[in-house]
Amino acid sequence: MSYTINVNGQSRTVEVEGDTPLLWVLRDELDLKGSKFGCGMGLCGACTVHINGQPVRSCVTPISAVGEQPVTTIEAIGETEIGKRVQEAWLKADVMQCGYCQAGQIMSACALLEKTPQPTDKDIDAAMSGNICRCCTYPRIRAAIKDAAGLPTADTREV
Amino acid sequence: MAPRDLDRAPRSRGQTEGVSRRAFITASAAVGGGLMLDLSLPLYARSSEGAMSRGPATLNAYIRIAPDNIVTLIAKNPEIGQGIKTTFPMIIAEELDVDWKNVRAESAPYDPRAYGAQFAGGSLSVPMNFEMLRRAGAAGRQMLITAAARMWNVPASELTTEPGVVVHKARNRKVTYGQLAELAARVPPPDLSKVPLKDEKDFRIIGQFIGGVDSPRIVKGEPIFGIDVSVPGMRYAVYEKCPVYGGKFVSANLDEIRKLPGVRAAFPVKGGDDLAGLLDGVAIVADKWWQANKALEKLQVKWDEGPSATHSTEGFAKAAAEIGKQPAGKTIKKDGDVDAALASAAKVVEASYEYPFIAHATLEPMNTTAHYRKDGKVEIWSPTQLPQQAMGLVTKTFGLKESDVTLHMTRVGGGFGRRLSSDFIVEAVAISKEIGEPVKLVWNRRQDLQHDIYRPGGFHFFKAGLDAQGKVVAFRDHFVTFGEDNKPGNSADMGPNEFPATFVPNLDLGLSTIPYRIPTGPLRAPQSNALAFAFQSFIDELAHAAGKDPVEFRLELLGEPRPPEVLQTRFGTQVGFDNGRMRDVVKAVAERSGWGKTQLPKGVGRGIAFYFSHQGYFAEVVQARVSPVGEVRVDKVWIVGDVGKHIINPAGGINQVAGAAIDGISAALGQKITFARGRAVQTNFHEYPLIRMSQAPQVDVHFLQTDHPTTGLGEPALPPVVPALANAIFAATGKRVRKLPIDPAELRTA
Ligand code: FES
Ligand code: FES
Repeated sequence: MSYTINVNGQSRTVEVEGDTPLLWVLRDELDLKGSKFGCGMGLCGACTVHINGQPVRSCVTPISAVGEQPVTTIEAIGETEIGKRVQEAWLKADVMQCGYCQAGQIMSACALLEKTPQPTDKDIDAAMSGNICRCCTYPRIRAAIKDAAGLPTADTREV
Repeated sequence: MAPRDLDRAPRSRGQTEGVSRRAFITASAAVGGGLMLDLSLPLYARSSEGAMSRGPATLNAYIRIAPDNIVTLIAKNPEIGQGIKTTFPMIIAEELDVDWKNVRAESAPYDPRAYGAQFAGGSLSVPMNFEMLRRAGAAGRQMLITAAARMWNVPASELTTEPGVVVHKARNRKVTYGQLAELAARVPPPDLSKVPLKDEKDFRIIGQFIGGVDSPRIVKGEPIFGIDVSVPGMRYAVYEKCPVYGGKFVSANLDEIRKLPGVRAAFPVKGGDDLAGLLDGVAIVADKWWQANKALEKLQVKWDEGPSATHSTEGFAKAAAEIGKQPAGKTIKKDGDVDAALASAAKVVEASYEYPFIAHATLEPMNTTAHYRKDGKVEIWSPTQLPQQAMGLVTKTFGLKESDVTLHMTRVGGGFGRRLSSDFIVEAVAISKEIGEPVKLVWNRRQDLQHDIYRPGGFHFFKAGLDAQGKVVAFRDHFVTFGEDNKPGNSADMGPNEFPATFVPNLDLGLSTIPYRIPTGPLRAPQSNALAFAFQSFIDELAHAAGKDPVEFRLELLGEPRPPEVLQTRFGTQVGFDNGRMRDVVKAVAERSGWGKTQLPKGVGRGIAFYFSHQGYFAEVVQARVSPVGEVRVDKVWIVGDVGKHIINPAGGINQVAGAAIDGISAALGQKITFARGRAVQTNFHEYPLIRMSQAPQVDVHFLQTDHPTTGLGEPALPPVVPALANAIFAATGKRVRKLPIDPAELRTA
């Protein structure tokens, strides 16, 4: 089947079966390899993209369900103001270890800040707990999100 | 000089081969008239202040200096998230004396003749290479000075350097490294063993917080991981193996599979008996990976499962309970007379501990792209931690010569020891060989969890005696592990120096084995990650039995500082356990956490543990809270580590140490691989949970920078966190965790 989707502001047409997950369309048809495969079941968040500004696990989103809605991937998130700030905060905090999860983390973080410009630790927990970091860079992800929001970076959770 | 692209400049790689006994330099004329200085320096590992030495090994550090003063420095080891692609160039840059902003880091190709050992494992990258890389940088600096001395016709002794320039103070003149590069390339290289090194107190780059060199690409989603490799004409493949390890292929519905959308080929592959090598399986090759993976849903294979189909977690536990009652099959260490000391002890404490098999679950699934060409040459692109092993397994499996195989190392999306094995590499090569086309093999998560090279489970049967003063006078561990005839399997062993060996007068460490046929191997801080839980938890039991504070009890057990032993290991000479260094980190972590000074509410407790591994000394305090229904939440971890004099890059260093602690908590809270009918049961992260943001504690990381050689830090922070957590849970609830992962049902109070 032929599907036309709107990815990073461009209209792209692909020939695939309708149940093909958006993740594999992005990676293997459109050569956008920033979105990562981690679990294929919506459990790890490595494949997170935005559809209509909402964070979505592209590994469980069939191409047939995407339609005309705008899709934004890690490759283009830096073109948004929040995306740029988040990327900069990530570099400043040196969040990365292996880096494999970080595209998904950044996409989830941007969606959070879009909706909640001044997130609390609870907001961060809620928005980010669908993204696994196997290297366990969580403390720096938390700090970088706050930094991107212009908040003090200290962890304020109860001890 | 005309600007040019250094990356595209021709480099005479072949020239370094076969040169092993002298420093070797090439000055390559490059497109556009520029010049570069290639230093390829065979250096001999010298004893780094006596702490760790290796036999003769060569290292060639490549330094390229462009006319525009951009300096390209090569990191020879695989980048798995441990930050080596940043750390190694930092070390060279320090001694070369250049500004970090002018440094470009590049990963080396796999070329052991040029670079010596290239691997990521054992927290060994820094201890094995720190001094060699310093010398490489210092040699480069000296050649630049010599070049300037010739140009100005003055003695080199009148010259010095500032970042990126050679300075002649007497005449108030300067020349940049870029301007000198061409001349410097013709200077004979200095004797590396004599090249002067910087005074360490003058370090400007080492010790700075420097972000990962690939991070700017990662935040933009650039394709730099193994799974992102793309080769013209490439197909995609999945590979399904017998769920029972080592089972043999009998038949499958391959005709049906071949008719599925996009499927190009479906065929069985004949494997051998090495559980970490090429095993029997069915390959499905398709135009796109999704099509190949989807075809797996329809695949039906008849396997000859073989003898290990009887393996089960329950069966292992039953066997362990039986064996644990008997004397150990093999003695690991025996001091004094444990039985006599137990008989006369004021108090005897007995407990058994148990931990499961666990999987590495790197977030980037196993994958490799391979092209087995018709002319018998093989090209491989793979995220590997141990290219030498990959090369060895590929050449052995397919009867090739090393010269037939080109191996490209990509960035690795998490190692943790999993990619020290090369099973996924030979599978890709086998599939490409069959279809005669380049192919990218990607495992799905189920295959990844069910065909890991697991951290083996184990069982410990402890018995210890305390005298009337609460001093440990007898200590016995019967370790029931996995192996054959009392020979432990891969990463299932225990050494004779396991603490408290030599700190208790009557001690008996022994082991017995349960036969198994499940692939096992190193996982971050191998052996230690499991032994620490058992030993440091049991030691906590002894502290409580003695009625002493857990920190005080540990300090007493460690005793007065005494000189450490010098040991011969397979990594060369190493200094053994230094109880004085351990005392210091224990005291420091008690201090930083306010141990004993904090009033904690009901249901909240703190625990401490220490552990020595990979030459690193770590003591950790965990604060945990346990809800009435037994749910465990870790509030905070305080870590104090001593890995010697330098934390080369605190940015990556602190991140990895904090990550190691959270990783240990992750495993303790939820991870286990169980076996039933010979197969691993867990299929994905809903059954094999990894810790998430909401569960990840605060971590306070502190290093004691001591006057000892600098050693690695990717692993040694992990082991103590697990018992510190278990001990915190005891403090919070009075319930002792003797089995991992932690079971909330056991901790219920409501
Ligand atoms: S790959 Fe999509 S959530 Fe894991
Ligand atoms: S940085 Fe490795 S998985 Fe997050």
